[in-house]
Amino acid sequence: MRVRKKEVIAMLLAGGQGSRLGILTQRLAKPAVPFGGKYRIIDFTLSNCTNSGIDTVGVLTQYQPLTLNHYIGQGSAWDLDRKGGGVSVLPPFVKAQGGQWYKGTANAVYQNIEFIESYEPDYVMVLSGDHIYKMDYSKMLEFHKQKNAAATIAVFEVPWEETFRFGIMNTNAEQRVVEFQEKPKEAKNNLASMGVYVFNWEVLKRALLEDEADPESSNDFGKNIIPKLLEEEYPLYAYAFEGYWKDVGTIYSLWEANMDLLQAVPDLNLYDSEWRIFTPNPSQPAQCIAPGASVRQSLVNEGCLVRGAVDHSVLFPGVHVGEGAVVRNSVIMHNVVIEAGAVVDKAIVGEDTIIERGAYVGAEDGEDWNAVDRNEDGITVLAENLRVPESLRIKTGSVVSSRAHQEFPEDKIS
Amino acid sequence: MMKDVMAIVNLAENEEQIRDLTPHRSLAAVPFGGRYRLIDFVLSNLVHAGIFKVGVMAQHKFRSLVDHVGSGKEWDLDRYRDGLFLLPPGYTADTDMSVAHRGDIDNFYRNSDFLKMSRQEYVVVTGSSMICAIDYTDVVGFHQEKDADITVVYKQTDLAQDSNQRTMLTLDDEGRVTDILVNPRHTDQDCLSMKMYVIKKQLLMDIVDECDSRGGTDFVKDGLIKNLERLRIYGYRFDGYLAKIDSLRSYYKHSMELLSPDVWGELFYNHGVVYTKIKNEGPAKYVDNANVQNSLVANACIIEGTVENSILFRGVRVRRGAVVRNSIVMQKSLIGENVHLNHAILDKGAEITEGKAISGEDTYPVVIHKEAVV
Repeated sequence: MRVRKKEVIAMLLAGGQGSRLGILTQRLAKPAVPFGGKYRIIDFTLSNCTNSGIDTVGVLTQYQPLTLNHYIGQGSAWDLDRKGGGVSVLPPFVKAQGGQWYKGTANAVYQNIEFIESYEPDYVMVLSGDHIYKMDYSKMLEFHKQKNAAATIAVFEVPWEETFRFGIMNTNAEQRVVEFQEKPKEAKNNLASMGVYVFNWEVLKRALLEDEADPESSNDFGKNIIPKLLEEEYPLYAYAFEGYWKDVGTIYSLWEANMDLLQAVPDLNLYDSEWRIFTPNPSQPAQCIAPGASVRQSLVNEGCLVRGAVDHSVLFPGVHVGEGAVVRNSVIMHNVVIEAGAVVDKAIVGEDTIIERGAYVGAEDGEDWNAVDRNEDGITVLAENLRVPESLRIKTGSVVSSRAHQEFPEDKIS
Repeated sequence: MMKDVMAIVNLAENEEQIRDLTPHRSLAAVPFGGRYRLIDFVLSNLVHAGIFKVGVMAQHKFRSLVDHVGSGKEWDLDRYRDGLFLLPPGYTADTDMSVAHRGDIDNFYRNSDFLKMSRQEYVVVTGSSMICAIDYTDVVGFHQEKDADITVVYKQTDLAQDSNQRTMLTLDDEGRVTDILVNPRHTDQDCLSMKMYVIKKQLLMDIVDECDSRGGTDFVKDGLIKNLERLRIYGYRFDGYLAKIDSLRSYYKHSMELLSPDVWGELFYNHGVVYTKIKNEGPAKYVDNANVQNSLVANACIIEGTVENSILFRGVRVRRGAVVRNSIVMQKSLIGENVHLNHAILDKGAEITEGKAISGEDTYPVVIHKEAVV
């Protein structure tokens, strides 16, 4: 495989399940979870690459890769269909001497050393496909070069009381990292690692090889590679990122991050023509707001047909809201049909689900219809491809998976 | 097999009565339906039918058209085998704009190499101003079944009465075309030609050659009408929704028809989605006191005011207190605070400053030109 030398390439970690998202990641990896009315989480990282001028990206997939593979395709939605580069989806593979699953984030990159070497890069960025943020990686790379760093870690100021959830970087006045604390009980700083790294490839390669040889290692960037480089006294620097950054790792944070977009001036600007968020286009017509409809404080997308009331909600492309139906404080994913008179209150509804006439999703007095779990924050979650029968009332906080639905014969439901 | 069918989109179209919207673009590039240009509908119909070799015969003012269709990527027409071909008028040292614009036969003639080099046996010839969701596989099937030389698509409709830019057909009981009238002042006919044809490539080239060598300039008048007896010309009846856009009035009328969810559903979903150039815009945003009724809204609009019976293209801003009624507002226009708009068409990037009131009539909408500031 002969390709052109690249100064920098990116390795995007997209193999995580995101198990705290429960049924939303039963069939797809966390980076493929829909967000913000028309995106999937990974769009933000891929768009960052494109907007930062990084044209070679390896996407490391493992957990439920079907949706993600199909979604990324040849990368044309993000302008990553490039000659001598572009996007490559990299699942674990079998070699002459066996082969194995990705054991950890560092191992995933280790297993693709051959891919990286083919571009002879000076620098390798390691990115996470799990976060919502807009960041110019080229500025971070500039910083990295300016500091003569071996590795640079992007950090984000978090509230002191939340430091225990993050990997914390303690820095000196020159932003050099002097200590790393993984999820500390008592943090010495409040700069959290965003899981965004720039490495000198020579340094990273050696570290990956040594890490792989260590049977005690869990082959993880945060737990092993960064502490190892620190111990070996490599110059590690922290690059402070300011702006919106969010890990939508739980049902509540996913719902909340969507609701954040409904503020008058949200922290995450989706309308910056200089920093577009690219996503495969659904090719749907302009949304149709029928007579008698009302839409307030909401984000609505192409192909939506609204005859009822939508209040403080996010509607993905192709959602139909019937006459007299009410959608409130909810996130409604692609092509959901909410029939006449139905109510959806404080819910996340998965793609292609149909809520029949007069049903009520998120009712205080409702029943635990096929619920596999309960959400403590009172958000009702319906998986994809469900059919909620006419006039059924689903109790607030029910988490309904599509698997439970499939175990029911079709004729018993409708 | 549809791989044996190619298409020519003939943009020799009369723009006289819609000149308010075409000072700097061709009719095919006129924005329509909140996020489309007229040509999107014909290109989408063609690719949905499996026709992947499409030549677009541009006439003039084609910068915005070229910008819009680009390589044809959005229509899946960026291909190694076949694909999209823009065929600009063939200017040479001895021609200029006005001479080049002397009829569509001239355009066909100058592009006869394109036809000759194509391996397809059949050609669909269509314009861009008849907006519908039509299945060309059915039209081609009809053509073969009738063993026709030429098939003309028509619709039985009173749309013919909207303007005298109309080509009317008379058909016999077998569906054979016995008479064609181009732009008659008066007509009792209701078979309106949709200016879409199926013809064998070789026959098309023969007709073009014959017309050109005998001084003919017009495909219908010189190529078809003069050959009504010699050639088996059949009419294919189309029964779906049709918008015939050739005047400001018809543009406004048909735009407003899209507000009916039935028309919206038929045009945009019944025969596959309509492709267009992608802008990667964010969702449309409705703030807390937005009031939107009976309207089409495209992505990236930010609505803080009232919008009724209107069409907003991508990226339109409607500020607080503004009231937009019965209007069409094109891409990236800005409606300032407390502005009142009624029966208005705002071309791209227009700005109406705070407090202004602009009002036209149902039968005569007022047009605010591209990037104008009022």
